[in-house]
Amino acid sequence: MALDSKIPQGPLADKWTRHKNEINLVNPANKRLIDVIVVGTGLAGGSAAATLAELGYNVKAFCFQDSPRRAHSIAAQGGINAAKNYQGDGDSTYRLFYDTVKGGDYRSREANVYRLAEVSANIIDQCVAQGVPFARDYGGLLDNRSFGGVLVSRTFYAKGQTGQQLLLGAYSAMNRQIGRGKIKMYNRHEMLDVVVVDGKARGIITRNLVTGEIERHSAHAVVLGTGGYGNVFFLSTNAMGSNVTAAWKAHKRGAYFANPCYTQIHPTCIPVSGDHQSKLTLMSESLRNDGRIWVPKHKKDVEAIRNKTLKPTDIKEEDRDYYLERRYPAFGNLVPRDVASRAAKERCDAGYGVNATGEAVYLDFASAIERYGKEQAHVKGLNENDAALVKKLGQEVVKTKYGNLFQMYEKIVDENPYETPMMIYPAVHYTMGGLWVDYNLQTTVPGLYAIGEANFSDHGANRLGASALMQGLADGYFVLPYTIGDYLSHDIRTGPISTDSKEFEEAENKVRSEIDHLINNNGSKPVDYFHKKLGKIMWNKCGMARNEKDLKSAIEEISQLREEFWKDVRVPGDANEFNEELAKAGRVADFLELGELFAKDALVREESAGGHFREEYQTEDGEAMRRKEFQFVSAWEYKGEPKDAVLHKEDLQYENIEVKERSYK
Amino acid sequence: MNLTLKIWRQKNANAQGKMVDYQISNVSPDMSFLEMLDVLNTELIEKGEEPVSFDHDCREGICGSCSLYINGEAHGPDRLITTCQLHMRKFKDGDTIYIEPWRAKAFPVIKDLIVDRSAFDRIQHAGGFISVNTSGNTQDANAIPIEKANADAAFDAATCIGCGACVASCKNSSAMLFVSAKVSQFALLPQGQIEATDRVMNMVNQMDAEGFGNCTNTGACEVECPKGISLENIARMNREYLKASFKG
Amino acid sequence: MSGILNSSIGRKFAMALSALFLMVFLLQHFAINILSVFSENAFNEASHFMGTFWAVQFILQPILIIGIIFHFTMGIVLEIKNRKARQISYAKNNGAANSSWMSRNMIWTGLIIEGFLVVHMANIWWHEMMVKYINPQPVDATRYYEELVEHFQSPVIVGIYVVAFIFLALHLLHGFSSAFQSIGANNKYTRALKGFGKVYAIGIPAGFVFIALYHHFAH
Repeated sequence: MALDSKIPQGPLADKWTRHKNEINLVNPANKRLIDVIVVGTGLAGGSAAATLAELGYNVKAFCFQDSPRRAHSIAAQGGINAAKNYQGDGDSTYRLFYDTVKGGDYRSREANVYRLAEVSANIIDQCVAQGVPFARDYGGLLDNRSFGGVLVSRTFYAKGQTGQQLLLGAYSAMNRQIGRGKIKMYNRHEMLDVVVVDGKARGIITRNLVTGEIERHSAHAVVLGTGGYGNVFFLSTNAMGSNVTAAWKAHKRGAYFANPCYTQIHPTCIPVSGDHQSKLTLMSESLRNDGRIWVPKHKKDVEAIRNKTLKPTDIKEEDRDYYLERRYPAFGNLVPRDVASRAAKERCDAGYGVNATGEAVYLDFASAIERYGKEQAHVKGLNENDAALVKKLGQEVVKTKYGNLFQMYEKIVDENPYETPMMIYPAVHYTMGGLWVDYNLQTTVPGLYAIGEANFSDHGANRLGASALMQGLADGYFVLPYTIGDYLSHDIRTGPISTDSKEFEEAENKVRSEIDHLINNNGSKPVDYFHKKLGKIMWNKCGMARNEKDLKSAIEEISQLREEFWKDVRVPGDANEFNEELAKAGRVADFLELGELFAKDALVREESAGGHFREEYQTEDGEAMRRKEFQFVSAWEYKGEPKDAVLHKEDLQYENIEVKERSYK
Repeated sequence: MNLTLKIWRQKNANAQGKMVDYQISNVSPDMSFLEMLDVLNTELIEKGEEPVSFDHDCREGICGSCSLYINGEAHGPDRLITTCQLHMRKFKDGDTIYIEPWRAKAFPVIKDLIVDRSAFDRIQHAGGFISVNTSGNTQDANAIPIEKANADAAFDAATCIGCGACVASCKNSSAMLFVSAKVSQFALLPQGQIEATDRVMNMVNQMDAEGFGNCTNTGACEVECPKGISLENIARMNREYLKASFKG
Repeated sequence: MSGILNSSIGRKFAMALSALFLMVFLLQHFAINILSVFSENAFNEASHFMGTFWAVQFILQPILIIGIIFHFTMGIVLEIKNRKARQISYAKNNGAANSSWMSRNMIWTGLIIEGFLVVHMANIWWHEMMVKYINPQPVDATRYYEELVEHFQSPVIVGIYVVAFIFLALHLLHGFSSAFQSIGANNKYTRALKGFGKVYAIGIPAGFVFIALYHHFAH
């Protein structure tokens, strides 16, 4: 099947408006006859479910958590971008579009990104109308901060809890529709298969996580807003339950999986403390607005710090290496995430890591505290040379900006970040890859849509900070609800979809037999054993730097591990009860397939781009080297085993932007 | 360190539960409380026993899933954190730790330490929203300036994570802090005024129907709340409710 | 407005209003009693006025009785409802970690005070009723002081009195600020109000105890 991205004709800036004018609509009376399933209730799924219900469709929404409010979008900290130009610093739709395409290392689709930038302003208006309490200045107007990879302040935020506030906004919009009966909510339900009838997605199979019941649910279209697959690395900033299962099952039913190897490794996370570690905690990118990243210049200081004979605060200014400021003077500490992460890895690999494992760098707020302190002392007419006073005032400012993040750090690490620099290290955070979708956000299975992090569309090979929230809400509030109408307009006479068809039967049986296998396997090792092992392979061989040899061995190892998993995994308990180990086993089984495809994709992509860094393809100063012949999207078709997956290419055309070397120097 | 754990085990909603003792050794002070339970569960699975079920997801204190009553306190002895952020350095070698589920009639136990908090969702369905459709042409965000103090107070109320610690630690299992956080958020914003009367009436009525107790102002909820939601919100909800009652 | 007493907030509002009323009454009661320490005449005059003025006798007195009964009954109703909201209690509960003993034991301090009130009514109020209405005696505007002094001669009565007022202080230590919170008053004045509440909660009962001890030992 040839990939048709269905990009509308016409000039870039008019494509979306023109498309909306030309696609088919469903009249309000007919919407009542149409059911839509939305899986996942994060920013994308939650906003889509609410908007579809407002439009009049009958929505069935599913989440595996005990409430839609717990979706992992809630953990996003720093902010959401929008081209509002409230700061008057020259921002525009085009600039947001340009920054996003450049930030994504010219591996995203122009038309989609432009549309994203275009609707970004609407998101802020919508959220404010919903009562989302964004940060404001003393004039009562909305405040902005800066994020990596851009030269304007366009990030709206609510302290370090922007994702929470936006998600609760979407959740409240859902609640209104649940109250009206337009959304039927299924909490603690996990989707385990997509049902395709006559070539169209017509329903899903779910497992009720409380009772273990396997259920059939039908609809005229299915929307997946099921997030990313960062947990293939075991350790990531994703929630424990975040998984690829929904997307992977869709892939197995015919949806192409695009760019699985594009993973974002976030530079500022709390370092691993030991083998017991179950997840990693992000420290928002917004901290790089004020924090400076450094390691000691001299190895002897590194040694002393590791032996705890020297404190970081005792190292003199001239003995510190602010390596981001040194290497990238134009963007400094605010380079994009992929660049910052690789730079940290480079320093740590060279032996300058500052904790016991050698995998940590400093994020230091001392100069920000001093700067803010002096400013406050000046404003209040106090002595600007009183160091203790300046420090106190400065700490207060930093506290109002990042208080919750500092508290979070202190609780985990047991060190006071107001007094001593934070230790950070990169960790897996986001996956740019995902289900391939066309301009309408439809996958290669008609009637099956993917939105938010679950699709691949907007971030290319690297996502800029504060753009995930923007994309999730853009897809859910402003894009999908329109484009899905075009498809559903053909379904107004279809009537309710029966769940008695042989396709539902077959899908249910498949789900049941997999569960039976896992429950009756009587192996010897718990699920986590395999998950951790997979994570180690992924991190060591498909992590921040990749090469042909490692990728080939990763493919081998993952495939072997998968075989071992099916032979030797032990799942205690029953299928007909609450059984977290069973749920985990199913998720890890899918990660074990995805992981192999991931490595295969990374192997095939013989270039470095954004989050995908191939050691063989780098410039003289160690920067990513893109190759013109790889200016395409890799979309993989499922053929039984990951190794048999077939590659389809969607060529990327840049008509409105000049493809250049991506420089932040 | 070595610890004795006394954990509530209950097969399902209808089964009888009981406290069961477990010994665990080699606990590192850097582990989070849930990682300690992970270790216990791995040991149980390897022994062929059933692992302990507990709710958890983000493990960074924001999703509100985790919900353990540890040594007589919601989310354990530390302040302004959730169970997933509680670290074992807060305990000593040889300690005995009681681990129980939230206890409230409105939060029935599903299994072991997992409770059903859907009552919270139903309260939100009753009025926890501003009725605005997604149209793409709502007024410009800066057309509604909001005094910073109110915006900040609304934000503080809005940081509630819906974990239920307030209900669990209240001697009356009252949900007033949870409900007042949402009522306050909207009461403090101009956008929330239009539906203020119906919102507070409907949410309070739903709260009462769910079987939560009354507030007697002990303040336990505020102390145990991982997000430090203030009792001022309850006072504000009382005002909003009385205003609405006399109006309606 | 209908059915406000069926809602949780309505009930606590009513509880708070009755409490505020009772606290005002307590203050007034104290103001008159303390006169007995300074001036026999003043005390007699005030007592006689309260005991004979029609508005006090036939309007305020019934309201007070209704207020006491309402506060007591509602307290019990709320306690029963609150107990029902948690059917299985914790194996280990560390209430002291997050709340005061007083706030957690209002029902017990309240019941003890109620018990005292029964004794108090039987001793003094019932006596007044007998003298004035049931078995009328000639009006004597100076009998109050003597009766008071006599009342406090019994060590048993003084003992009960002291214990009851200690519990009243405990009840008020939570109840005073709690009443304001319940009617929705929590603002920048709350800190000051709480401070005043502590003074009131300890000062007034201590004053009553002082009066009792004073008369017990002074005569």
